[in-house]
Amino acid sequence: MSQPLIKFEKVWKTYGEGEARVNALAGVSFSIPRGEFVAIMGPSGSGKSTAMNIIGCLDTPTRGRYDFLGIDAGDLDRGRRAILRNRHIGFIFQGYNLLPRTTAAENVELPLVYRGIGAADRRRLALEALDQVGLANRADHTPAELSGGQQQRVAIARAIVTNPTLLVADEPTGNLDTQRSHEVMELLTSFNHERGLTIAMVTHEADIAEYADRTIRFLDGHIVSDGISAEAA
Amino acid sequence: MLWETIRLAMLSIRRNVMRSILTLLGIVIGVAAVIAMITIGSGTTEKVKSDIAKLGSNLLIVNAGRPPVPGSRPDRVIRELGDKEVEALRTHLEGARAVAGAAQKQVRVVYGNESLTVGVTGADPDFLVARDWQIASGRPFTDQEARGGAGVCLIGETVRQQFFGAGDPGDATIRVNKMSCKVIGLLEPKGTTGFGQDQDNVVIMPITAFQRRIAGNRDVDSIYISAEENVSTSDLQDSVEGILRDVRRVPADKDNDFNIRDMTQVAETMASATTVMTGMLGAVAGVSLLVGGIGIMNIMLVSVTERTREIGIRLAIGAHERHILVQFLVEATVLSLFGGLLGIALGLGLAYAASWVLSVPFVPSAAVVLLAVGFSALIGMIFGFFPALRGARLDPIDALRHE
Ligand SMILES: Nc1ncnc2c1ncn2[C@@H]1O[C@H](COP(=O)(O)OP(=O)(O)O)[C@@H](O)[C@H]1O
Ligand SMILES: [Mg+2]
Repeated sequence: MSQPLIKFEKVWKTYGEGEARVNALAGVSFSIPRGEFVAIMGPSGSGKSTAMNIIGCLDTPTRGRYDFLGIDAGDLDRGRRAILRNRHIGFIFQGYNLLPRTTAAENVELPLVYRGIGAADRRRLALEALDQVGLANRADHTPAELSGGQQQRVAIARAIVTNPTLLVADEPTGNLDTQRSHEVMELLTSFNHERGLTIAMVTHEADIAEYADRTIRFLDGHIVSDGISAEAA
Repeated sequence: MLWETIRLAMLSIRRNVMRSILTLLGIVIGVAAVIAMITIGSGTTEKVKSDIAKLGSNLLIVNAGRPPVPGSRPDRVIRELGDKEVEALRTHLEGARAVAGAAQKQVRVVYGNESLTVGVTGADPDFLVARDWQIASGRPFTDQEARGGAGVCLIGETVRQQFFGAGDPGDATIRVNKMSCKVIGLLEPKGTTGFGQDQDNVVIMPITAFQRRIAGNRDVDSIYISAEENVSTSDLQDSVEGILRDVRRVPADKDNDFNIRDMTQVAETMASATTVMTGMLGAVAGVSLLVGGIGIMNIMLVSVTERTREIGIRLAIGAHERHILVQFLVEATVLSLFGGLLGIALGLGLAYAASWVLSVPFVPSAAVVLLAVGFSALIGMIFGFFPALRGARLDPIDALRHE
């Protein structure tokens, strides 16, 4: 198990052509072992989301190599990456991104639908996941009937219902007040501790980053610091 | 999984009921038009066939005058048919079940205070045989009555209703022109023809009486000849032609100065003409289906754009391109199918209403309905494919960023 779950080797991501050319990532290298909780920080436009998209197999490097689970994910086609995401990766977004007019339970079931799991099992697993985020009694509510904190917890249930290896969270507390933010972080930390879920999380807030084991700082597409978080130290 | 997708499609259609219905209007109207056209068309074909069958089976009708040739004027002077021709056919023609001369005139018929303009026919007793016309009650006239030109007559259902209401004509005497005529029987009802002519507004009397007291001449308007069971009408037609040319002394180098219509052929010609018409109208209606398909494509493009973010979410959490493609294809198909079903209901409704108005039979065809179902599903698939593909090919990151 010496092999890291995530390994960036001189990863470049370039957008645009000529004058408008932007290096969102400029030869970034780092790795994340299984079970680690990593916070990624940096000013706006520094390349955090770009890195997260590649980590989450939504995107591929322009140059360099990205290994996920020891597989060269940059080399996989769309379909294979979709399968990889479905089997191994859960996503949480700043804006929750639940399907509107769809109940919490149905939202949580969604990744299971694409796994081809039957309706009864789906429902059971979704209810279990909702229970784990403390929303068992909201299973049949639609997003519009839930608060921001509750919606984000439904999103967490949807991310963990498939029991993934990696959780990718891009500013998960960006839209939440301090108290809801800490509730969400407590949840993520518990999944990290109890299941050994690897977490890569972007945040702007230092007190949120403190929940992580390690913090990587980006600036202009480069890593400027990579170290053990204050609390974990 | 497929069931799931269908359920999802239904949900999404339900969420935009008004928009869905407006979108579907093209398909609904297209399918309704096709169904209505074809159903009314086959009803008309049926009607034409049965009308002609009502004239009698294996029937030849002879009239005076050259056969009508398109583009040439009809003869100015027509040599009428007469008893001589009827007699000749009766004596010499083989293979005929019945030969009957008949003459006709619109005449005012009076009974008590009631009067009615009726198509009065003077006919030989065999006329009813030739035309397969049954007597509902009473009796036909005898040969003796026919020869003697007796004042007896058979009346049609319309005439009975006008004069006797719900009652029985009994031995009533009606006045036809200035002639008194005893009602001896009631003809079985035949209904109206496809051209709206009431075939029951008739009075039939011996032709001798008709010629003497109504027409005032010895002319025979038409000769009805029905073929025996296994005699072909075209063979019979040849024999009739020979006998008539003979008796009318038509020189060998001259055309017939009479015409013979084979009603079986007329029936076939007319039926195939209405079938062609139906097909053409159906094709025109089919074009509106194409317009409906473009409507579906349009709405699906809107739907894909509106739900870009949803597509992004689905792709991010592991939906395959194929899943998105199928989802939108199913949605387009269900939508179109729904429109098709509405269209079928509407089309059948229209055809039913039209069958009342045109008094043709209502003949819905299961094959046509199934075809419409299949066709509307196909339209959904074809026109839904491009929008669905567009959704499936979206980049998940872009799609997630979409507002
Ligand atoms: N799809 C894209 N097309 C062009 N430029 C992009 C695209 N995505 C990101 N960028 C650029 O790449 C840089 C890094 O962006 P991003 O990774 O979103 O930063 P962060 O998440 O740290 O704010 C920015 O300069 C941004 O404008
Ligand atoms: Mg960002």
